[in-house]
Amino acid sequence: MTAAGICTHRLTIVTGHYGTGKTEFAVNLALSLAAEGARVALADLDNVNPYFRPRERKALLEAAGVRLIATSQSCLDADVPAVPAELLAVLEDRTLRGVLDTGGDPVGARALARFQPKIVPEDHQLLYVLNANRPEVRTVESAVSYLRAIEETTGLACSGLVNNTHLCGETTPEEIRRGAALAEAVSRRTNIPVLCHTAEARLLPGLAGLDAPVFPIAIHMKKPWE
Amino acid sequence: MAKELWKGNEAIAEAAIRAGCDCFFGYPITPQSEVPEYMSSHLPKAGGVFVQSESEVAAINMVYGAAGAGMRAMTSSSSPGISLKQEGITYLAAAELPCVIVNVMRGGPGLGTIQPGQGDYFQATRGGGNGDYRTVVLAPSNVQETADFVQEAFDIADQYRSPVVVLADGLIGQMMEPIEWRPVPKRQLPAKDWAACGKKGRDHTNVINSLFLNPEECDALNQRLTVKYAEIEKNEVRWETALCQDAEVLITAYGTPARIALTALDLLREQGIRAGLFRPVTLWPFPEKALGEIAAEPHVKVILDVEMSSTGQMLDDVRLAVEGRKPIRYLGHAGGIMPTVEEMIEAAKTALKEAQ
Repeated sequence: MTAAGICTHRLTIVTGHYGTGKTEFAVNLALSLAAEGARVALADLDNVNPYFRPRERKALLEAAGVRLIATSQSCLDADVPAVPAELLAVLEDRTLRGVLDTGGDPVGARALARFQPKIVPEDHQLLYVLNANRPEVRTVESAVSYLRAIEETTGLACSGLVNNTHLCGETTPEEIRRGAALAEAVSRRTNIPVLCHTAEARLLPGLAGLDAPVFPIAIHMKKPWE
Repeated sequence: MAKELWKGNEAIAEAAIRAGCDCFFGYPITPQSEVPEYMSSHLPKAGGVFVQSESEVAAINMVYGAAGAGMRAMTSSSSPGISLKQEGITYLAAAELPCVIVNVMRGGPGLGTIQPGQGDYFQATRGGGNGDYRTVVLAPSNVQETADFVQEAFDIADQYRSPVVVLADGLIGQMMEPIEWRPVPKRQLPAKDWAACGKKGRDHTNVINSLFLNPEECDALNQRLTVKYAEIEKNEVRWETALCQDAEVLITAYGTPARIALTALDLLREQGIRAGLFRPVTLWPFPEKALGEIAAEPHVKVILDVEMSSTGQMLDDVRLAVEGRKPIRYLGHAGGIMPTVEEMIEAAKTALKEAQ
């Protein structure tokens, strides 16, 4: 599946419980959109996590032609709960495709709330990333409750689920299928479609026959020994 | 049990709950704030008490009170916050109160940076507060060990009636890794018949105190602590080795640098350089004898100590263990910068060249 196939709206807002892999998904989405020829900006709105944020991959993103919108250089390694004013560029410039990576949970998504009036008139979608290996969202009930709380905080409705189930380097096709079952159950409960599953290229051969398409990802948010 | 994906800080909190932590007192500071956050929502559901205190000093003194009443008590913080707790820790050691203190270290000195650091080794292993005391220091190098060690820390604390420190760095607190909740070794623990939790028909009142105005009494306390610390040194020292059996260059590291070293070892060996890793798991008691024996092996030509510290702190313990038998080199970064695999490989090669 292509990034354009996922980003069927000008703005794609990536949300989810923290640790589900939103940032990895958002970085891959932005890089693939750029590779597919789009003018794309990735907005790093994560003011919850101090590490593993898109801004750590500034050089990679910019080399690939992705405009990174993140907090100012002086706050790059800080935990300042500030949203860059430059975010307005992606909200207002209709020639630009935008991927918005939010912090985890309703708390992280709160950064979006004040921009809700600017987002609603734009062509946008809010995606909810799921990972069946994260203990707080492994049941349908808990996954739906986080999803509803994020919708309530942002004032935006979710229109697509992303199954990003993984176990870091220990991910298997079986893990992804288990996540697919969770995503489908959440979909039945909410009537929100499963947009895609994600998988590293090495896992693709084991994933034939899933109902939704697979978006191939590469691991960019690596640990220092990887 | 199937593996789950846990963030280090969440695993610290969940491990404490699984170990029967009754009370948690904490104050937010990056990069450990997920510990109190998780505790605030989960500990009360498990029947425990969570208090966000007005400061780190308050938190450690609440630990003193709860531990004195026989509760399993814990606090967590990051470097500057742990500095504030030092007075409380020496009081806990003097009153012989079991508790668990988690330090998710960031770069220092001062307020430093929120990025990972290891500059609190001296503070943790030498006793950052006043007086003659020690705390057991467990140093996990992945999220699985973090979950295991926090659970064990409560038992170690109760066994010896002593504060136990779990010393992790920011990366371990912040990263996600697959872990399983496996059973940790359980200990036969003495009854807390010393706790100040009501007289309950005893003929005497239990008093928790760290003030001993009578010098003979204070000397007797110190004698008792000395015996206790010798017992801990005998029983609790832990370490791990990787590829040490024929190593020419022996890397010493703990926490995140030890993880980075494992990748460096493989790449060095691909280049024909026999590298090994000695990883202290307890920083106090330090595995002095084990390191000394490996360092004395004829195949070891040089030792390279790697830490997220500018001057090197564990380096002192490495020197004491090696006793000048082999040259020791140092690679360190502080201020939130982690050593890279490439730097470690270069430093190992240079150290070996200089030694030959």
